[in-house]
Amino acid sequence: MRNDVLKVAVVEADRDRALMIVDSLREAGDHDVTVVGDAARLSRCLAEISPDVVLIDISNPDRDALEEMALASGPTQRPVAMFVDQSDSMTTRAAIEAGVSAYVVDGLRKDRIKPIIDAAIARFKMFARMRVELETTKAALAERKVIDRAKGILMKAKGLSEDEAYALLRRTAMDQSRKVADVARALVTTADLLG
Amino acid sequence: MNRDRIDCGFIPLVDCAPLVVARELGFATEEGLDLHLHAQPSWSAIRDQLAFGGLDAAHFLSVLPVAMSIGLGAASAKIDALSVLSVNGDVIGVAPDLAARMLNTGIARTNDQAVAVGRALVDAARSPLRIGVPFPFSMHAELLYYWLSTLGLEAPRDLDVRTVPPPRMADAIAANEIDAFCVGEPWGSVAVDQGAAEIVLPGSAIWQFAPEKVLAVRHDWAEENRSTALRLIRAVWRAARWLSEEDNRMTVSDLLAQPKYLDRPTDLIDRALSGRLVLAQHGRPVHLPGFLEFFDCAATFPWRSQAIWMASRWAARTGIDRSEAVAAARSCFRADLYREAMQPIGADVPGASEKVEGALDVRTEVASAKGEMFLGPDRFFDGTVFDPHAG
Repeated sequence: MRNDVLKVAVVEADRDRALMIVDSLREAGDHDVTVVGDAARLSRCLAEISPDVVLIDISNPDRDALEEMALASGPTQRPVAMFVDQSDSMTTRAAIEAGVSAYVVDGLRKDRIKPIIDAAIARFKMFARMRVELETTKAALAERKVIDRAKGILMKAKGLSEDEAYALLRRTAMDQSRKVADVARALVTTADLLG
Repeated sequence: MNRDRIDCGFIPLVDCAPLVVARELGFATEEGLDLHLHAQPSWSAIRDQLAFGGLDAAHFLSVLPVAMSIGLGAASAKIDALSVLSVNGDVIGVAPDLAARMLNTGIARTNDQAVAVGRALVDAARSPLRIGVPFPFSMHAELLYYWLSTLGLEAPRDLDVRTVPPPRMADAIAANEIDAFCVGEPWGSVAVDQGAAEIVLPGSAIWQFAPEKVLAVRHDWAEENRSTALRLIRAVWRAARWLSEEDNRMTVSDLLAQPKYLDRPTDLIDRALSGRLVLAQHGRPVHLPGFLEFFDCAATFPWRSQAIWMASRWAARTGIDRSEAVAAARSCFRADLYREAMQPIGADVPGASEKVEGALDVRTEVASAKGEMFLGPDRFFDGTVFDPHAG
């Protein structure tokens, strides 16, 4: 039976991310996919599942625990090698850049693993893009807030309207070749110190 | 001026200090290096990034280049150790209830004798003893296997060594997943302050002069960028000399405490740097001489005999061919590059690249290029003397 369907373990604590990985693996073929969410139970879970492939975020600190599996050499234990076939350094590099690491049981044929790794790489690339977008949005929000506070300070101190306050901030920024948000931040810091 | 860029990974630990000082105090710049430091989430991550070219250099577990050269572990690449970044600095901590049972066996809390503490631990522990280490290929694991197997605990029957990431060590012992740990600072002290563990022994009580972290690069990188590699060795050597001066200690603590490095309180970091550790929650600091060494007694020299010691331990434990393992280990500790790097600045270097390990009781003058070199006490707890040339 196990010759037909590969057992894949996905180590991921975030439920949404885990589900997205599982979905993309399903699209890549018929696999028996299990999600391990609890880092503390990692070793025990993997021993129970006995997966052919383990997928884990490269920046997950619990990844070090998987190294023990690479040492397993007893007759009942299944040695696990890092990544794809060692000769396939392109895929390995692509995986690292995408932020996913894969542990694969020794002796598995490359063509059987490749679709799984490729699907994981695509999915993790999307995660990376989402992370950048989220950080950009957060940064924009933070700038918005500090500019609003600076406008408020100017309106109160100089009796300006909101539009006039913003115009003053923008003019100052242009004069000093700085970003509006930087001028606003300086003003807010100064006001905090004096206040 | 054009400077050579080096991307160097580190794990947030007190013993990454030479790299931080090399960057922050300008020792790298003086050698024409643009040194960028990147915090890494785990030892496997830093190893993979180094192996596959995402990093040029790394703060590395001393045992890891040796293990990789023998072909142990999940990723393989030829990694060289250019110099030693730190000697000693690990602590062994046990859960408070186990510490209490050990005290009942009649052992003094400040006793730093590895045999006495080890016997108390063996008597008080339930079998198998579950111990957390940061990584399977580490001095932490080597010291534990050496210490406890000598005292009669046999792995895996009596001893269950598990990998736990250092930031999770305190939680793991609090949750009763492990009974004890061996970890680098500040993580032992973090567990003590949380009341999750008590420190019962410094690693230096098992081996008085154990190389803990090394400056690692890919073998190919060192060959292709020889001049850069030599300058990196010098920059980090100067940083180590500066940071080992007592007057600079508080500055080092402050540098390391920054969010981009350890992001931990200064006083917590200073415990390891001063060798004054708090062993149990709310306890008074206890001075542990030689707790962590960056520079003195040729601490930065990559002794090939130490790499051979590690390879011999692995060979004995796993049954791999000893002579092959020893040959691989010897070649990855780059005493040759280290000598070449020191030559233009006239720094003293040892006459030999291999020595008998565990033979010195006291600070001893040794043969060196300029005749100004001392080596420190380097005894193993059981009195073993390791001759790298003995079969």
